[in-house]
Amino acid sequence: MDATKLSADIEQHHKPPVVIVEDLHVKYKVYATGKRMRQRGGKILNTAPRGIRTVHAVRGVSFVAYENESIGVIGANGAGKSTLMRSMTGLLTPASGKVYARSRPNMLGVGASLMPELSGERNIILGGLAMGLTRKQVDPLVDQIIEFAELQDFITYPMRTYSSGMTARLKFAIAAVRQHEILIVDEALSVGDKRFRARSEERIREIRDNAGTIFLVSHSMRSIRETCDRVIWLDKGKIVMDGPSEEVVAAYEENKESNK
Amino acid sequence: MSEIASIAQANGLHRIGARPHLWPYLKSAWERRDFISTMARFKIRSRLERNRLGVIWLIITPVLDAIFYGVIFALLMGRDRPGGYGAFVMIGVFIFHFFTGCLTHGAVSITGHRSMVQTLSFPRITLPFEQVVEEFFSCLPSWILLVVALPIFGHMPNVRWLLIIPLMVFFTLFNTGITLLVARLTVHIRDLTQFLPFISRVLFFSSGVLFDVDKLFASYPWVITIYDFYPPYQVLELARNIFMGDEIRPIDNLYWIVLPIAAVITFIGGLLFFWVAEERYGRD
Repeated sequence: MDATKLSADIEQHHKPPVVIVEDLHVKYKVYATGKRMRQRGGKILNTAPRGIRTVHAVRGVSFVAYENESIGVIGANGAGKSTLMRSMTGLLTPASGKVYARSRPNMLGVGASLMPELSGERNIILGGLAMGLTRKQVDPLVDQIIEFAELQDFITYPMRTYSSGMTARLKFAIAAVRQHEILIVDEALSVGDKRFRARSEERIREIRDNAGTIFLVSHSMRSIRETCDRVIWLDKGKIVMDGPSEEVVAAYEENKESNK
Repeated sequence: MSEIASIAQANGLHRIGARPHLWPYLKSAWERRDFISTMARFKIRSRLERNRLGVIWLIITPVLDAIFYGVIFALLMGRDRPGGYGAFVMIGVFIFHFFTGCLTHGAVSITGHRSMVQTLSFPRITLPFEQVVEEFFSCLPSWILLVVALPIFGHMPNVRWLLIIPLMVFFTLFNTGITLLVARLTVHIRDLTQFLPFISRVLFFSSGVLFDVDKLFASYPWVITIYDFYPPYQVLELARNIFMGDEIRPIDNLYWIVLPIAAVITFIGGLLFFWVAEERYGRD
């Protein structure tokens, strides 16, 4: 990406850029023993030279994201989608290239609960406070969040007892309560049921319409079509296509068909 | 600066992975003081709610510690034990507990909240701060008990007891510095989590919590000199001097100068040490 092209692109959009990703490369090291588990001799110290393999997960990705955009990120497993998202939040250091953003993005992913030992309700309050709300702002929102996540019956239980679907629902409901400048949703909606998915997609559109920028990583092309106006298709760490949803999704699906 | 960087800057974008400036960073941490106090309260409550005796455990545990170690060491030392040994041990155990709590629990204040750090973006320094607040309030019931119980040992309240307030301020500053230090160190060296409980026990048995350093090391003056510049020991001695009086526990007034300086240096040092690695937290 060169600067002249970038300025022209920004000029053309009439909207302020929120994220600029410049020729990003991410590599990470994987400790591979090269053997199957059982063959490995019992070592006492964890210092023995293990076969270290470098995985070049993102290979020169550049793009600019603007205000009011919801961007779908698609691609096969291992295409580098999550790696790209994680380096946008600063959780991975790029090997080269840079990410510029208006603020550090919040990232909803599948996985562990916020504070496993605390009840859902306390997690809501702490999540809201961590995102920078005051106690006065959070308190009236608690019931609204519980209702959105449909967790009325479980809200006093510790979050560690929640199923993965319940955890994802609660995390999304907490994050969605605030207007975000940049929000990354990495497969977090795929664990919810159909009804919850529809409502969360609705909420994503609302955040986008209020000057937010959303990245949605998903394998559900229906989700992508309904919530995103732009799609980035990644394959083997590179951008294959970046453009309007319909076009990119159509090309992606065609490609998948012809590969069968 | 590259052209792209200047375009980014002109549009109000910052580089992700670059360290935030210290002042805005501390300001955004201060804006989250509600988060810090609420989290401390929730964590203490959820820890205690599962036990029948609940909050009373915050008093029972240090009392049992003081009785157990007090009796053992009183028997071991016989006549050599310091005067007013009951009060001596109680002050030592109850106050030192704040330090060891910060040391062992502070170490996991970042690594223990991995999921939260990876999901939400907030100044990470709020987590070690929360841990200090949590330790402080966990100790508070036992300190109140201490003030109530001291008259039983014949130490009557007087105006000088108010000096405990500035003393606790310095102690908290020092402990915060230590918490920030171990919070970051554990991120780099996970093995510390295994090692720190041992360190904390070593410090408990070597910091003059249970014995009189001046008597024990009377023939090794250089050891006493080390203790004279060791903040947790200074805190214990100052507290004993405040509560038990100059006659029973005389003190070198230099402590009132050395301790505040050491506390401020540790605090600022810890703050900078933690801040420098801000973007590192949450990475695996």
